[in-house]
Amino acid sequence: MNRPLHTEPEAPVIELRSVCKRFKDTTALDSVSLSLAGNRIYGLLGRNGAGKTTLMSVLTGQGFHSSGEVRVLGGSPYENDSVLNRICFIRESQKYPDDFTPLQAFKSAALFFRHWDADFALQLAGEFQLPLKRRIKKLSRGQLSAVGVVIGLASRAEITFFDEPYLGLDAVARQIFYDRLVQDFSDYPRTIILSSHLIDEVANLLEHVILIDRGRIVLDDDAEAIRGSAVTVTGAASKVEPFVAGLTVLHRETLASLASVTVEAGLTEAQRSEAADLGLEIAPVSLQQLVVRKTLAAAEEFSANAAATEMEVSR
Amino acid sequence: MIDESRPIFLQIAERIENDIVSGALAEEAQVPSTNEFAAFYRINPATAAKGVNRLVEDGILYKRRGIGMFVAAGARERLLARHREDFARQYVQPLVQEARKLGIGAGQLTDMIKHSYTATQDLTEGSVAQ
Repeated sequence: MNRPLHTEPEAPVIELRSVCKRFKDTTALDSVSLSLAGNRIYGLLGRNGAGKTTLMSVLTGQGFHSSGEVRVLGGSPYENDSVLNRICFIRESQKYPDDFTPLQAFKSAALFFRHWDADFALQLAGEFQLPLKRRIKKLSRGQLSAVGVVIGLASRAEITFFDEPYLGLDAVARQIFYDRLVQDFSDYPRTIILSSHLIDEVANLLEHVILIDRGRIVLDDDAEAIRGSAVTVTGAASKVEPFVAGLTVLHRETLASLASVTVEAGLTEAQRSEAADLGLEIAPVSLQQLVVRKTLAAAEEFSANAAATEMEVSR
Repeated sequence: MIDESRPIFLQIAERIENDIVSGALAEEAQVPSTNEFAAFYRINPATAAKGVNRLVEDGILYKRRGIGMFVAAGARERLLARHREDFARQYVQPLVQEARKLGIGAGQLTDMIKHSYTATQDLTEGSVAQ
């Protein structure tokens, strides 16, 4: 049976209003506004350098934002223990004291996380074949990642951030991670924020997707709403073009008299049968493909705007 | 198992429907829990719940408080009727379109269907008997 840790699943656990984070020359977060309801698995997607880690650092009080408002579990996370001891952040290259063994790392985690499940941690360590008494600096890259994954899952924190947690983990170990994540989330619903490049692997686990590019939120929607929200129409260019007229085009490819156009639109039954009559092929677009298309479209728009600004300036 | 590009809750609902139509899930039989579906298909539990709830709203499944989900009486007949209605659109239309493209006439197509029907009769009778 489900034993929710938290009583108000629908109340937002994370809220950001116009949050900016500037480093010297770069804007890592550009007016980010988000509201995340509790007890869901979120996917935080985007290219390297898009702002995923910066966003998670701001949310976990590890970095301060330049402007805007950040609320996590009702308060500011920055130097706020009443928030920080309810969240768990597993970084891509999580550091541990060199002399620690995985067992010692688990014991310190047990002191910090109030919902820590020591038996679960040992069970997971066994499944990942982690040498519990070997010093962490002697572990392989994959074993080091496994230590982070075990702590992230066994912490059962109200909000758990996994930032690319599986560097060096092989396909089998990643599958164990996904399986245990779904299972434990079912038994102990909580908020999980998973940043990943392996979109195809995690797509089915996500309830909600946030796509970030150049510090801006490009997509913020339920995974189920996204599936089927774009299609690729392929056929004779003379028939494809009139068919997609008026729809939002994400991508266009042509080959001789053939055209393949990806549009952001769920087609109606009528449109589908019209397409069939015209001899057009309608192919679904996966979450991963859509993320790629959206990111590239955002990049195009960005360079077009930059070029326009430059024109303005040079006048 | 799961097709990446269509809403997953629809696919879960369809799989349960197909199991009811084939008889794999008998009427009044208990349906796996949403957490079991989530673990088996490796999908988000909320998504699995959405698929199951759709069938509850449809009256195909019903909830017994504290026990779980069960297949409603008469669910199979209702699903069969609905699937028969969808049959022309889902299967016959594309078949005819493809036949037309290949220059296969209506008579020839009918013969092919009759032939295929006879050839697979044993299999079909097998599944009806279930």
